Amino acid sequence: MTAVTFYFQIHQPYRLRQYSFFDVGRRHDYFDDLENERILKRVADKCYRPMTLLLEELVDRHEGRFKCSFSVSGTALDQLARWAPDVIETFRRMAKTGCVEFLCETTHHSLAALVDEKEFRDQVRCQKARIAALTGRTPTTFRNTELVYSNQIARMAEQCGFNTIMAEGADHLIGWRSPHHLYRPEGTESILTMLRSYKLSDDIAFRFSNRGWDEWPMDAKKFTKWVMDLPESDDVVGLFMDFETFGEHQWEDTGIFDFMRHLPSAILEEERLSFALPSEIAAEVDPIARLDAPLPVSWADAERDLTAWLGNPMQRAAHEALYDLGPHVRGTGDPALLETWRKLTTSDHFYYMCVKFFSDGDVHKYFSPYSSPYDAYIALMNVMGDLRQRIDAPAGLTSPQ
Amino acid sequence: MLGWELPPHISGGLGTACQGLVEGLDSAGVEVVFVVPRAYGDEQAGRAKVIGGHGVQLDQAPGQPGFQEEPDEGVISESRAKPVPVLAGVGARALDEVAPHDVSPGPADQLHVSDQRPGAPVPGVRTVLVESPLRPYQDSESYLELVQSLEANGESSSSAGTTFLGRQLNEQLSAGQAEPFEGAAITDPAAWEALAHTAAKIAKERFLRGENAPEEARFTGGYGPDLFGEVARYAQVVAEIALREKVDLVHAHDWMTYPAGIAAAKALGVPLLIHVHATEFDRSGENPDPRVYALECMGIHAADRIVCVSHFTGRTVRYKHGADPEKIRVLHNAVTQKEQRAQWHTGRTLKGPIVLYLGRVTMQKGPDYFLQAAAKVAKLRPDVNFVLSGSGDMLPSMMMQSARLGLARNVFFTGFLRGKEVERMYSMADLYVMPSVSEPFGITPLEAMALDVPVIVSKQSGVSEIVANALKVDYWDVDELANKMLAVITYAPLRKQLIDQGRDEVGRMRWDVRGELLRTYYEELVA
Repeated sequence: MTAVTFYFQIHQPYRLRQYSFFDVGRRHDYFDDLENERILKRVADKCYRPMTLLLEELVDRHEGRFKCSFSVSGTALDQLARWAPDVIETFRRMAKTGCVEFLCETTHHSLAALVDEKEFRDQVRCQKARIAALTGRTPTTFRNTELVYSNQIARMAEQCGFNTIMAEGADHLIGWRSPHHLYRPEGTESILTMLRSYKLSDDIAFRFSNRGWDEWPMDAKKFTKWVMDLPESDDVVGLFMDFETFGEHQWEDTGIFDFMRHLPSAILEEERLSFALPSEIAAEVDPIARLDAPLPVSWADAERDLTAWLGNPMQRAAHEALYDLGPHVRGTGDPALLETWRKLTTSDHFYYMCVKFFSDGDVHKYFSPYSSPYDAYIALMNVMGDLRQRIDAPAGLTSPQ
Repeated sequence: MLGWELPPHISGGLGTACQGLVEGLDSAGVEVVFVVPRAYGDEQAGRAKVIGGHGVQLDQAPGQPGFQEEPDEGVISESRAKPVPVLAGVGARALDEVAPHDVSPGPADQLHVSDQRPGAPVPGVRTVLVESPLRPYQDSESYLELVQSLEANGESSSSAGTTFLGRQLNEQLSAGQAEPFEGAAITDPAAWEALAHTAAKIAKERFLRGENAPEEARFTGGYGPDLFGEVARYAQVVAEIALREKVDLVHAHDWMTYPAGIAAAKALGVPLLIHVHATEFDRSGENPDPRVYALECMGIHAADRIVCVSHFTGRTVRYKHGADPEKIRVLHNAVTQKEQRAQWHTGRTLKGPIVLYLGRVTMQKGPDYFLQAAAKVAKLRPDVNFVLSGSGDMLPSMMMQSARLGLARNVFFTGFLRGKEVERMYSMADLYVMPSVSEPFGITPLEAMALDVPVIVSKQSGVSEIVANALKVDYWDVDELANKMLAVITYAPLRKQLIDQGRDEVGRMRWDVRGELLRTYYEELVA
């Protein structure tokens, strides 16, 4: 038997407004509420609402045989609660069916795991509580921001009580081995690593609507055949993707909704195939080998590394300056300041500063509210300058030299 | 190829672009004959020697109508032997100006930056210099002179009678075959085009008769104020050069060469490609000189292809001159790659960061926005210095304004810089700002980046279309300009990133790549 495991990522950052040097010390509203509301409502209309309803319908129609999982960042949950609360209600109903699992991540979709273990644990603890409150079930599977994964991060996830962690099935991580088995991370006791089957995932997430692709058009039958072509010994096919794939990255008129409408029945027609939740896989499948990830791997760009967020000196300097503020922010004991600072830890702010213009830069541009990575850096540094003054922290990189 | 100016004495000119283009075309395997009017006047003596080896002067060309092959046969045969498709323009360029050994010492040298431009003459290119008082306009002073001379002669066609062509026209006029070229006609593109066609006709007749240079075509030096007559004469001479060279295509740069371009293309029956580096709207805002505008319209409508230095300029010719969008192609300028980096990094003499404006001090370049932003920056950072380099009609008012804004301590005026002073100024700066209101391309930011200076450019510039590692603002958004100035001054990682990435980016903007693209534009016209 081979199980198909869907995991959809939902995340929205709090985008900054155009915060000028002249605003420092004068105003403390950093976030562009109008723009955040506009984007969230647009994506809710085009993707979150219709696609969750479709999945709910599929769960219902297949009487428990179609299953899928989500991870929803805390910043996305907040914005949904404000501007599209009906989607939260759909999540709640889906969780009750037992066919939809919600994973855990960091509340603020941060890269804290790389630089600030305490902050990482805090954000994970908060998110765990939120998901438990939303679904009535404590999450047991962990997915780190952007699938950033390493031995160290797997160990921290294990210490946080998770039994499974998601990772990209990147070539440089697994080498000749198949992404369709579970692995045990180096240096851990019990946690399992479930890998993203990047080729099949990207067939849906990126290539589906590409008319230049030699497999275009792809329908549910064709996709099912590709899954059937895999060795029978394969345990699990991890189809991990941004939920915005459906309706936002690929518009409705590409047929992406119809594809998903028909995929469950096509898969379930095959006796060898089934759908399973990450927690079910973890309970039933044993790890096939140790997996060694001394360096972080992610699911971003062609490199599948950290360069999308921390690849250039500007990104690294800004990230470092932000985390330098952490102890001082916590020291104030002011929950509002802490929340503001945490909103700045969202990885998107650093993604916008990526200058990989000539290969993956196009994607970055598409997702960025800024016309240039330099503008992204300037806005964040200005905001940090103000925040620093408010918490009375010593001057760092953002101070005049 | 019809050029307009010699490598310029201020950076960013048409001459620099032409030099790069010709080098790019050479590496793309295109043979170019480059014709340029050779200015005369005080500097003539200083240049005569320079031109001697390569140039042609009417009064030294007894056997030909106003021009002569280069005496240097070695150079000619080398280019002739090149086994490449001959897609030539007619034009000229003083490549000899860039060969240091050719430059005679003397005050005339000061007019050029030739001593810092790399390279020897491009082997595949021959230059023809036509003695002519026609002047480049890029430099504001000579442009003013030009406008004044147009002003002085716009109402009269009588002085055209001093040229051979002018006499012909006068004969036609008296025979009732032509309309007097005065009054409304001088702002009528059709009248200019008719003039160019007449020049083509006369050139062709003379060529077919195998005529040598008659006395009438010789330059006598008496046309100073008669620009119209000179344009006509120049068109005729260029058409004859085109006929003799049997070029496959004529490539004309900016409005002053359009009549000659049309005449040459018409005489030979080959396609005409015009290259728009700037339009009258970039120079004069919404109040273009009607005569210059008429010439631009004439060229734009007569051309088979219109190559613009940016999409920005493409939109200008489309919407202001009514160009056929199908004919428009964009070819961004590139940067002449320098072998050696500047060695001026010890030049810092001021305490505190330096923010630089360098360019003509005219309305279209936005110096007033620079000062307004400077005032905002200085309030937070009184230690910042602002340097305003260049001359122009707005300079006195800018000095007044800086005092009015309380910037007397912060703003420095250097006046017009030339040659190595320019590079030195860039190298002292921590930030270069080009706040242009309207800029067809704008090469100076790229030169600054090549010298490791971060830059801010206005979004209303052609260069902003192609440069990624620069900060960009709307020229009118003074608050945002000030914000970005402060950011560059304050945030070291930002500055470093702009410098490192900018240097690499400019290094990729090569003329040989542009030459390849231009060749494809030629090939669209010449099967």
